[in-house]
Amino acid sequence: MTDLTRRTAAETAAAVASGEVSAVEVAQAHLDRIAEVDGQVHAFLHVDTDGALAAAKAVDEKIAAGEELSPLAGVPLAMKDVVVTKGLPTTAGSKIHEGWRPPYDATITRRIKDAGIVMLGKTNMDEFAMGSSTENSAYGPSHNPWDLGRIPGGSSGGSSAAVAAFEAPLSIGTDTGGSVRQPAAVTGIVGHKPTYGAVSRNGLIAFSSSLDQAGPFGRTVLDAALLHEVIAGHDPADSTSIRGPVAPVVAAAREGARGDLTGVRIGVVRELGGEGYQPGVLASFEAAVETLRGLGADIREVSCPHFGYALAAYYLIAPSEASSNLARFDGVRYGLRVGDDGVNSLEDVMSLTREAGFGAEVKRRIMIGTYALSSGYYEAYYGQAQKVRTLISRDFAAAFEQVDVLVSPSSPFVAFGIGERIDDPMAMYINDLCTLPASLAGTPAISVPSGLSEGLPVGLQIMAPALADERCYRVGAAFEAAVEPLVVPRLVGVTR
Amino acid sequence: MPDATEPAADATGAAGPSGRISRDDVAHLARLARLAVTDEELDVFAGQLDVILGAVARVGEVAAADIPPTTHAVAMTNVFRPDEVRPSLPRDEVLAEAPAVEDHKFRVPRILMDEA
Repeated sequence: MTDLTRRTAAETAAAVASGEVSAVEVAQAHLDRIAEVDGQVHAFLHVDTDGALAAAKAVDEKIAAGEELSPLAGVPLAMKDVVVTKGLPTTAGSKIHEGWRPPYDATITRRIKDAGIVMLGKTNMDEFAMGSSTENSAYGPSHNPWDLGRIPGGSSGGSSAAVAAFEAPLSIGTDTGGSVRQPAAVTGIVGHKPTYGAVSRNGLIAFSSSLDQAGPFGRTVLDAALLHEVIAGHDPADSTSIRGPVAPVVAAAREGARGDLTGVRIGVVRELGGEGYQPGVLASFEAAVETLRGLGADIREVSCPHFGYALAAYYLIAPSEASSNLARFDGVRYGLRVGDDGVNSLEDVMSLTREAGFGAEVKRRIMIGTYALSSGYYEAYYGQAQKVRTLISRDFAAAFEQVDVLVSPSSPFVAFGIGERIDDPMAMYINDLCTLPASLAGTPAISVPSGLSEGLPVGLQIMAPALADERCYRVGAAFEAAVEPLVVPRLVGVTR
Repeated sequence: MPDATEPAADATGAAGPSGRISRDDVAHLARLARLAVTDEELDVFAGQLDVILGAVARVGEVAAADIPPTTHAVAMTNVFRPDEVRPSLPRDEVLAEAPAVEDHKFRVPRILMDEA
C-alpha cells in the first residue's frame, strides 16, 4: 500500500471520493511511511495516530452516507508546530512550550479539519520560526530527504521534509522572511507565501506580526493551490485579515498547466542574482527563464534598486516585533516556569524561565530587537528600516507597472550541511536574500522546483502583486508542466 | 528596576549605529528583555550582536528622510467586528495548562519584596 503515499493530493482526493480507496487506508499508509522513515528524517515532533485515523474514519462515514465532500477530503496533511491545535502538543520548536496543549484551534486548523483533511501530526521547525535550517529547533534538526546530512530549509523544514519524503502529500508552513519558499526550494517541492492578510494569523504563535503568513506546501502546484483555497479567506479574529474574495488559485493552476504563457510579461530582477549565488543555482535559474520564454512569456530585465537593503531592514523589523511578541512568554499563564521557590521575585522567575526556555537564536533576536527599539536608536534602526520597507514596496509597484510577475532564484544556495552555518548568524541570514523583498512588501510569492544542482534541488521564485496570488500559481503550473519532474529523493535506508 | 524606555547600549557610552557592542551592553539588553544570560553567553552574544548590528546598520545608507514608514504591507484602518457576546475559553481548560494554579486562578510568583 506504500504507493498511496506517492500520489498527489488531487489524485488521493479523487480516489477517496470515488471509493477506490478509503480515507482510513490512505491515512494508515502515510502513518506507516512515517514509522518507516521519520526516524531518519525527523520531520515530526508529534504524530497523532489516533486523531488521524478518527478524522479519516469520519470522512469514510460521510462518503457512506452520501454526503458532499470538500475537494481535499481524506487527504493527509502535516501541520507546522507553530499553529495551535486543540489538545495536541504545540511547541513552536521551543522548550518554553514543551508539553503545552492549546485550549483552542487556530482558524486555519479549524478550516483544515472542516475540509475533511486528515492531520497526521505536528512538524519540526526552527524555534519560534527563527531560522533557515531547523537547526534552531530545541528538539534537534530535521533532515533533507535528498541528503540526510543536509538541512531541509527553515523555518518550516519539518513540513518541507515531510512532503519531500512522502510522509504527507500536503503540509502547512509559515513564512515570515522566506520560511515556506526556501524550504520548498531546497527539498524540491512547491511552497507559496500568500499575500499578507490572505490567510488568518489567528492561532499562529506570533514571531513578527506584520510579516507572518501561513502558506501551503505540496509536491505539485495544483496541490498547493487546493490547500491555499482551504486556508485563505477573511477571518474576523485577525484584524489584518483581508476582506474580499479568495484569489482563484486553483483555476489559475489548471489554466497554467496547459503550458501557454503567451502575452505574460515576466521580469527578471537584476538585483537578485550574481555575486554570492552558487553557480549551479544561477545556471538552473537561467535555464528556467529560457523555459518560460519558450512558453511564450515576454521576458524583460527589471531593476529594484532597494532590494539590496531588504536583508538589513528585515533583520531589524522582524527582531523588533519578535522582542515585543515574545514578551508574552513570562512563565505566568502557560508553559515553562523556572525558579518559583517562594523567594525569587516575579521578575527573577521571568528571567530564569526565559533563559532556560529560549534557545540562542531566539535570545539573539530578542536582544537585537530590544536594541533597535531603544530610545536613542529607534530612529536610526527600526524607524529607518520601516522607511526602507516603503522603498522596497515602491520598487515592486514600479516593476509591476512593466511586468505581470517577477522571477528570481528562491535561495542563493542549495541545501547546506547540518552544522555548516549554525555558529555564524549572518551566514544563516543570507539564506533569505531572495525571499525577503516579498515578505517586507506583503506580496505573494511561490517557489517551484527548477531542477537539480549537484544532485540537490533548486527553486524558482515567482513573485506577483498583492492580491494577485493566482499569477504565481498560473506561471508556476506552466513552468512545472514544461520541465522534467524531479526524480524521487534518495532517502537512506529506503530502497523503492 | 530596568525600564524599557531607558536607553540601552548608550548607557555605557560604548555603542552606536556603527559601533561596538560590549559585554556590558549585552548584559543591559538582557536585563531589559528579562533574560538571565550566563557569563559565557555574554561573550558569545557580544561578538555576534556586534556583527549583526554592523550589518543591519546598512539601512542608514538609504536616503529616506522624506519617506513615510510602512508598518503593515496592506494598510487598513478602523477594523471592527460585530460587538457580540460570545463564550470565552472554558476556565478549567485554560488553567489546566498553567504552571501554577490556586483557587481557580493563576498563581504568580512573589511580586512584593520585603523592605531591606
